[in-house]
Parts: sequence; structure tokens; C-alpha cells
Amino acid sequence: MEALGLLMHGFAVLLTWKTLLLMMLGLVLGIFVGVLPGLGGPNGVAILLPLTFTMDPTSAIVMLSCIYWGALFGGAITSILFNIPGEAWSVATTFDGYPMAQQGRAAEALTAAFTSSFIGSLVAVMLITFLAPMISSFALKFGPPEFFAVYLLTFCSFVGLGREAKHKTVISMSLGLLLAGIGMDTVSGQLRMTFGSAELLRGVNFLVAVIGLFGISEILLTMEERLALRGHAAGISLRVVLSVWKDLPKYWVTLFRSSFIGCWLGITPGGAIAASFMGYNLAKRFSKDQDSFGKGRIEGVFAPETAAHASGTAALLPMLALGIPGSGTAAILLGGLMVWGLNPGPLLFVEHKDFVWGLIASMYLGNVVGLVLVLTTVPIFASILRVPFAAVAPMIVVSCAIGAYAIQNAMFDIWLMLGFGVVGYVFKKIGIPLAPFTLALVLGNRAEDAFRLSMIGSGGDMKVFWSNGLVGSITTLAIVLLFWPVIDWAFGSVTRMLRPAKA
Amino acid sequence: MSNTDIEIVVEDPTAPEADSPAVTSVRAADVVVCLLLLALATTLGYDNWRTGAGWESTGPQSGYFPFYLSIILAGASLYGLVAAFLSRREASEVFVTRAQLRRVMAVFVPTVLFCLAMQFLGLYVASFLLIAGFMRMVGKIALWKSLLTAFVFTAVMFVTFDIAFDVIMPKGPLEAALGR
Repeated sequence: MEALGLLMHGFAVLLTWKTLLLMMLGLVLGIFVGVLPGLGGPNGVAILLPLTFTMDPTSAIVMLSCIYWGALFGGAITSILFNIPGEAWSVATTFDGYPMAQQGRAAEALTAAFTSSFIGSLVAVMLITFLAPMISSFALKFGPPEFFAVYLLTFCSFVGLGREAKHKTVISMSLGLLLAGIGMDTVSGQLRMTFGSAELLRGVNFLVAVIGLFGISEILLTMEERLALRGHAAGISLRVVLSVWKDLPKYWVTLFRSSFIGCWLGITPGGAIAASFMGYNLAKRFSKDQDSFGKGRIEGVFAPETAAHASGTAALLPMLALGIPGSGTAAILLGGLMVWGLNPGPLLFVEHKDFVWGLIASMYLGNVVGLVLVLTTVPIFASILRVPFAAVAPMIVVSCAIGAYAIQNAMFDIWLMLGFGVVGYVFKKIGIPLAPFTLALVLGNRAEDAFRLSMIGSGGDMKVFWSNGLVGSITTLAIVLLFWPVIDWAFGSVTRMLRPAKA
Repeated sequence: MSNTDIEIVVEDPTAPEADSPAVTSVRAADVVVCLLLLALATTLGYDNWRTGAGWESTGPQSGYFPFYLSIILAGASLYGLVAAFLSRREASEVFVTRAQLRRVMAVFVPTVLFCLAMQFLGLYVASFLLIAGFMRMVGKIALWKSLLTAFVFTAVMFVTFDIAFDVIMPKGPLEAALGR
């Protein structure tokens, strides 16, 4: 009940003309970056971050989170109308969304996608409202070993549960952690890995890396492909919206199941991609008419969209409560918090109540306003795709440069951004995942500090990570997750060996 | 194909040819990347060892954490190197074709020139030149449209960042002449 009171306080913080205007601006910009080829949620948030430098933290995070919601909504437009998934988590939406558009049911598919996005996000925001304060008050009891164990759990689960080749995830993560250590050591003040360069004293700013890795590399990749588009124009009428909404209760099991999957995979770093595919596959498996999936079934749009958006939103829960982002975009938002001098984690709920509850309130309001906005403006945003890419590409490059320069007012960062652009392009093409790199770059210093403080406290005894039930369970779970593929394989082999013996 | 009344069609006159020859395979790219990462891990590992990768009375030395990360990176890169040589799939997969590389360079080279120009002309003039030049030369868009788009976009950026949000950007002789 205390959470509800605080949430009302959050709405009071939020409901000013200035914040509402910023919310609208964020949503429009978000839908814009979601629709444009070569951009997306993480890029949009990273590139537009400098716009918020002069704002107060609450207004800034409200605008950035609304860019995020807008980008999530915008991605569905290209998936359904053009069969182009703007993000990997939109791939499953195209399976039934595009066939629906081909059958002349584009408006129905878009309404289903936007509505299910809204429902998924709403469930996850409700979870954040009630769980985040509990987790953060629990986390206040954490010491450095517990925090390091949680960081370890995050890193290990990326390696153990990720879909990519394990060594590639390890490369990505260790490279990110190493780059995070460049510059002045926060504990001893000693310089590390600077090689005498004055520019490297500041270290590698993770936002500069993100803009290069996601923004510039995406432009290079998009340019490489054929940029011809053929899709459907769609306008959404109130009649279609009401008819889809009227049928919603029929799909409550699908919506509930997908929301649950999304929230679960958002809190653990499973991610929105896994959530969307799992949501889709389970909806198909439990359906009485499995063959109709992939041919324009509305449940095939509801399931992945609900799961992906629940996951994307729930990823903010560990970020706010523990300071550990559950997704790439959450990592960028976390970087934003640090730029404004806020320290994400349990203390945020104690020291910056206005900010936290203003942000949570903006998640509710941003989703409602976003839903209305996107339902009424689809034709305008779909027509953005008519703008030739030769005009869009240099504009994105300029936006990236502005974003990279504005962070520290350093020309060196522009060149660094360009270098990361090339790295991102090559990494994406050879299958080295970028999300673990981003996460490691953000969390690197915090993880190292927690490790060193634990070691100092224990006099160098590694047993500190098993010194009590809590830290011991988290560390053990981390190791189990790291070796999960081996455990899974061994378990499978034993089961297979036992089966013929029984027969 | 469609039952909807209106279709949005965007053609790409400069699309890369589907039968363009491969410049390199995924395996070759993977090997080069692993070798570069191995070299980076060795350099960073040596630097951290030199800084101090051991233990002192106050706890782990500055280079302790990154030193062991360098070893992990080197190990994973070595594994990647072996895996790339053993993978048949990577050997047959094309990393980039000649036509694709040409298009990538069509963006990358102007971007490098833009970054260079920014140091001397400031962000806004360099942006104008990049957008107008790219639209005209790569996109083959009419000159007046290219110039107008570049001018409007640059002006919007200037008003948004420099005036409304007070974000300082690199300036050049033009801004100096205009007193900013």
C-alpha cells in the first residue's frame, strides 16, 4: 500500500506541463527512431541523451524512457507493414503480422501489436511498482561481496544462457570489462592502460562506445543491403480498434502467459528476443489450431509483442533496484542516471524518491499516451519510410556525432565513436554479441570496486563469496549458470544412457 | 499481392548486385579479429602486469583485475582462432561482397571526411556539407532538394542544441563571423 501512496506522489511530480510536453516529444522522437531504418531503441536513447544534459534528472529520464517506449511501438509498424523487423525482438511479430497486412488486415494487426505492447508493459510496470521497493530495501543489506556476486551472476548468465557461441560472448564481455578499466583507477588513483595518452585519462565513455557500436555500425550494415521497400499503407479507424479490444478477453491466457514470460526474462538477463520467440512458440504449442500460425493469426501478434514489451520494461526493475541493467537499453538509461550524478541501486529509493516515483509514474502515463499517439498517427509514421535512405543516413551520422561530442566536449570521442562503429560492424557480421559488451562497459568499474572491497575486507580470501547463505547461493547460482550448457549436456547424456537400460 | 488500397514503394537504384564476387569469407574476418584481439590482450596484459597485478597490504593492486581479464580475453581469442579454422560453415560464408563493400565505403569515407572537416569548419558547416554532398553524390537527389534538406536539418540542429538546450558544439570560422 505504501507503494501506491508513493506512486501517487510520483504522478504529482510528473503532472506539470513541462514534463508532459517532454513526454510527448520523447514519444514522437521514439516512434520516429523506431520506424527509421538504421536506428532503434538503444541508438535513439544514446543519440538523444545530450538533449537532456541541461534538464533536471526527473524530466530527463522521463523524456528518455518515453523515447524508449516510442521506439518499441514504432518497431511494430515496420514489422507489420513492411515485413522488416526493426529490432530482433520484432522478428516473431512479422510471422503473423505481415500476412495479416497482406490480407488487408493491417489496421487490425497494428492495433493488436500496440495493444499487446501496452498490456505487456503495463504488467511489467505494475511488477516494478510493487517489487522494486521490496528488492531495494532487501538490497540495502547487501555488502560488497553480495554486490559482486550479483554482478557475477549477470555476467555468467549472459555467457551460459546466451544463444551466441560461448567464446564470442566471453570475448565481448571481457573486452568491455577491460575497456571500462582504462584511465584512472578509482581506488588507488593510479593510471592504467593509458599508454601516456592524455585523452585516455578520462577512460572510454560507454555512451560514446554505444553510439558507435549501435548507431554508426547500423548505418554501415543498413547501407550494405538493398534498400528497396514495398509495403502497405495503413490507417487505423476507431471501429477496428474497438473490435480488436472487444475480442481481447478471448485471448487472456495468451496475454497472461506472454506477460509472465516477458517479466521473467526481463528481470533475469534473458532479454526481449528470447521472450518474444518463447511467447510465440508457447502460444502456438497450446493452440488448438497450430497450422493457422504464420498465416495471419492475431494471437501470433499478441503473444510476441506482449512478451517482448513486458521483458523490455521489466529489465528496468534490476536497474532501479540493484543498479544492474537487464538489457542494453536499460544499460544506456543507467549511464544516463550516472551522467546526472545519480547512483542507481537500492539507495536511489531512499535518497531520490521524487525521481524514482516520477519515473515509475511516467512509465504508466507514457504507455497510455504512447498507445493513443501511435494509434492515431500510423499513416504519418509509415510514410517516413518514403524518405530516401541517402537523406536519412547522413542525418543519423550527424546526430551520432552530436551525441558523442556532447558527452565530454571532446573531439577525440568523435574518432573513438567512428572506431567503435567499425568494431560494431565487424562484430555483428562475425556474430560477436554487442549487448554483453555494453553491459560490461557500464558495470565494469562497479564490479571491480565490489571485488576489491570484498578482497580487502577478507584479506584476500576468496571464501568471502561463500561466507553466508545469501552470497553463497548467488555465487553458486552464477557458477551453475556459467556452466549451464555443460550441465545441460551431461544431464541429457545421462538421461539418454539410462533410457535404453530401462527398456 | 495486397488487398489494401495504397502501397508504399521505395526503390533503390543503387542496390548492390546479387552476384557480386566475395571480397573475403567470414572465416578470414574471424581469424583477423581473433589475432587483433590476441594482440590487444597481450598489450593490455603486459601493461597491467607492469602496473602491478599482484597483491599488496591494502588489497589487490591496480592491474590485478584487468590483468586476469586480459588472460581471459587472450584465452577466448585463441579458442576463437582454432574454432574459425575448424569451422566449415565460416569458410563458405561470405563476409562482404565487392558491391556491398563499395556501398559501405560510400558511407564510411564521407563520415571520416565529415569528422575531419568538423575540426576546422565546426559541426554545423561540416554537417551541411555532409548531408548535401551525400544526398547529391550517393543518392543522386536533385541539387536544390539536397541543399534545402541539408540547410533545414542543420538549422534545426543548431536551434535545438545550441540555442534551446545550450549544448556546446565545435564551432568554426562561420560561427565566429556570426558572433557565436
